[in-house]
Amino acid sequence: MVLNNIETLIEKYNNAETTLKEEAQLRAYFESEDVAPHLEHYKPLFLYFSEAQNEQYTKDVPLKPKRTKLYQWISVAAVAVLMLGFMVPQLLGPSEEEIRQQQIAMETYNQTMEALSLISLGMNEGKAQMTNLALVSDNLNSGVSQVNRLSEFNKQTSRILKNK
Amino acid sequence: MKQTDFVSLVMPFKDKVFRLAKRLLVSQEEAEDATQEILLKLWRNKEKIGEYKNVEAFSMTMTKNFCLDRLKSKQAQNLKIVHSNYTDNSSSLQKQVEAKDSMSWVSKIMEDLPEQQRMIVQLRDIEQYEFSEIAKMLEMNETAIRVNLSRARKTIREKLTNTHRYGIK
Repeated sequence: MVLNNIETLIEKYNNAETTLKEEAQLRAYFESEDVAPHLEHYKPLFLYFSEAQNEQYTKDVPLKPKRTKLYQWISVAAVAVLMLGFMVPQLLGPSEEEIRQQQIAMETYNQTMEALSLISLGMNEGKAQMTNLALVSDNLNSGVSQVNRLSEFNKQTSRILKNK
Repeated sequence: MKQTDFVSLVMPFKDKVFRLAKRLLVSQEEAEDATQEILLKLWRNKEKIGEYKNVEAFSMTMTKNFCLDRLKSKQAQNLKIVHSNYTDNSSSLQKQVEAKDSMSWVSKIMEDLPEQQRMIVQLRDIEQYEFSEIAKMLEMNETAIRVNLSRARKTIREKLTNTHRYGIK
């Protein structure tokens, strides 16, 4: 009766129609000592199945907390802060201090330019006076040539007077 | 989620993950690496773990995909075959040797099965999951699983009968 039952179970088992309960029944039967000789060859199979269940994973898994991920980003953050430090003053434009300094520089520049233009004015005046002087010297030269001519005239007259 | 919560969540099925990995990858070391990888993946996504309805089934699916990828990748070209040492509690030495021998036969026979059938046998006969659970884990429908399981069981039976009858493979 039992054997009959087991045989039908085996048949169902091979067709993959057994439930988990029936499979447990089969396993229990084959684990017992008195297995029918013609079913003997199933024995190692079921023994193997129950044996294989006991295999365990014994290695430790190194579970690291996620903190390490934060440290990776610290260097990135540092670089970003540095870049911002350089960028922000440029983006904000010149400060009040710089504007004041620029104004002072502009004033000095203007004053210098004024003084320089004054000097150049004086120089122009001097240049005009110089042209007057050149005119005088021109007149002088023509005067000198006229005097020369006069002296020539005198020479001629004195020669005439001598011949007489 | 703290480490202790995570460990207590993962504890019940980490051996199952390992056994499935070993069934697929054969080598003990490879299976250990795969299990560690799966557990680390879970740990990294621990914030999202609450969203999964069934963490165990999800992990088994992950294991399946990871191991199949491993098998496909070049890294797995030189898989080592490592035999476990089976112990049993039968009294007589002769019987013990015999049992050991035939059980290692079973494990060899299972290594010869196609990957999918191996997974199904592993999940059904060793881990004893319901068909609906296996269907979810392997992303297949139940009928296909039953067909594959039946095929696998018949192959195993045939080979076992032959071994039993002739004492040789």
